[in-house]
Amino acid sequence: MVKYLAKRIARSFLTLAVILTVVFCLLRFMPIEGYFQNFDKMTPQQIQVGLKEMGLTDPLPAQILRFFNDLLHGDLGVSRIYRTNVSVSRILADKVPVSIKLGLWSMVLSLVIGLPLGAVMARYQYRWPDRLGTLFIVCIQAVPAAVYYLYLQLYGSSLLDVGLLFKMEDPKYWLLPVFSMSLGNVAFYGMWLRRYMVDESNRDYVKLAKAKGLSEGEIMFKHIFRNAFVPLVQYIPTAFLNTVIGSIYIESLYSIPGMGGLLVMVIKKHDNAMVQGIVLLYACVGVLGLLFGDILMVMLDPRISLGRKEGDR
Amino acid sequence: MMKQFSYRHAKESQLMDHMKESDLFTFAEFKEEEAERTGYSNYSYWKSTIQAFFKNRGAVVLLVFLILLLIFTFIQPYLPGQYDPNKILNDANGMHYRNVPPGKVFLLGTNSIGQDLWARIWAGTRTSLLIGILVTIAEAIIGISVGVIWGYVRKVDFILTEIYNIIDNIPNTIILILISYILKPSVQTLVFAMCLTGWIQMARFIRNQILIIRDRDYNVASRCLGTPTGRIIVKNLLPYLVSVIMLRMALTIPAAIGNEVFITYIGLGLPVDIPSLGNLINEGRVLITSAALRYQLIYPTIILSFVTISFYIIGNAFSDAADPKNHV
Repeated sequence: MVKYLAKRIARSFLTLAVILTVVFCLLRFMPIEGYFQNFDKMTPQQIQVGLKEMGLTDPLPAQILRFFNDLLHGDLGVSRIYRTNVSVSRILADKVPVSIKLGLWSMVLSLVIGLPLGAVMARYQYRWPDRLGTLFIVCIQAVPAAVYYLYLQLYGSSLLDVGLLFKMEDPKYWLLPVFSMSLGNVAFYGMWLRRYMVDESNRDYVKLAKAKGLSEGEIMFKHIFRNAFVPLVQYIPTAFLNTVIGSIYIESLYSIPGMGGLLVMVIKKHDNAMVQGIVLLYACVGVLGLLFGDILMVMLDPRISLGRKEGDR
Repeated sequence: MMKQFSYRHAKESQLMDHMKESDLFTFAEFKEEEAERTGYSNYSYWKSTIQAFFKNRGAVVLLVFLILLLIFTFIQPYLPGQYDPNKILNDANGMHYRNVPPGKVFLLGTNSIGQDLWARIWAGTRTSLLIGILVTIAEAIIGISVGVIWGYVRKVDFILTEIYNIIDNIPNTIILILISYILKPSVQTLVFAMCLTGWIQMARFIRNQILIIRDRDYNVASRCLGTPTGRIIVKNLLPYLVSVIMLRMALTIPAAIGNEVFITYIGLGLPVDIPSLGNLINEGRVLITSAALRYQLIYPTIILSFVTISFYIIGNAFSDAADPKNHV
């Protein structure tokens, strides 16, 4: 196990380096018009000087080496356009906690609603709680998030009597964004827990439990739920770490100063240092999420062992 | 025991002595019902699948509606009295028909610059369905071929997993922006961009399914008998996965349409003169604050929701029907 983890962590670093290099190269393919606000009026000399100032005239490998050198010294560079000459790590340090707070609350809410929903649907399969839940899940999946978020804001804000401007300190202002953001995940957890629980309930050990005379509730929660929860557990660390990424719709709707939309914006503005910083953050989150997901799965289900997972099968 | 046996034996031979040769051995005539009873059946997988699917009334109704919708988007421009979706319409005084509410002249009203919403919605539905179907077909072809190799051939598993980790972590936005700079924004470009990042998800899904069944006993048996790998894949593995692949494909179509809405939202979608559901919803979103104009958001949303729900339900019904365990 320890050996496997060490190997895997070492490989993760390699993956991170490759991701950063690829993104770095891709960014250098971007058309140079984007770097200047008044490109059409500039002379070729001015453009050359501008590019040189940004260090873009050096050969690509030299640029990459410089970037990794800075990175190893803990320097992510400075933002060029988004907030001129403020270091990337400072900007991220301001924004990440807001998104984490929003994401964490919505994750808690979606687990608290979604898991019982799935369990109840599986318990009363094909009866009205199941049908009602299915209707809810289908609706949430069918109507685009961009639309139902809008309606929630429209009716919710008049119902709760909150203004359009977001106030960080007032908990009332967090209610709607957190609730809207959790809806999609409630449907996700509900749907998959129901699926896995229904699959589990046909297994032999459930029949044995029934034959032993255990009560329906006890079978459901002590036996079926624990087994059905294993495949879902894999997603939880990823979901937790993904809160860093934020939600582009929600944060722009409620004007929450978080991470959502930041990446799209800085890519469009050709703010290379910012893009690289954010990509590093996201890639770390992705790689770590997978790792923690696997570890959690091993802890919950003793039959799964990681070391042999890839080789022996 | 012995005694009983010899008694029966004696009895039989006694009986046989009284019979003629022709009574003992006669040719049986072929009777179809008799033949059915002894295990032979003209079972056909696809026939049973379709039969099982047609038993699900709700799904069949939705399928019919969906096909009608698809046909209608194509014949709508040729119907009499239709407007061009991109034409800005003027009234008798030369003023634009701006934000005309749904009524007799304009069935679903007009948008903020005076284009007929009815025509735009059908043109948009056509574009979006086309995008969804093209993306799904392309992803299925690439994803299934790569996924099968990824799952079955152990040597490539490591490399492909690393490639997956890399592609999965490169933000789609960068790729989308690069492609929209290199190529002109059009339906083909959008489909290309969506496939470029989407195929690996499909491949990963297939790979996980293959991993689960690749070492089942019947596959091990085939391998021991020397069946070539290609035949195992085509005859043993893929038929087993038909139902999950179908479900996945049915869900990819609405997902691609929804993805188009998102891409339009971040400003990388199709130009406004190619109407799509993403365009229309985005135009409608701006008008949410005034209640009188909300119809411009609601109509495209209804179509989008209908398409999504239909594919979801049809996909599930078909996947259930394609599972041989559910055949009679």
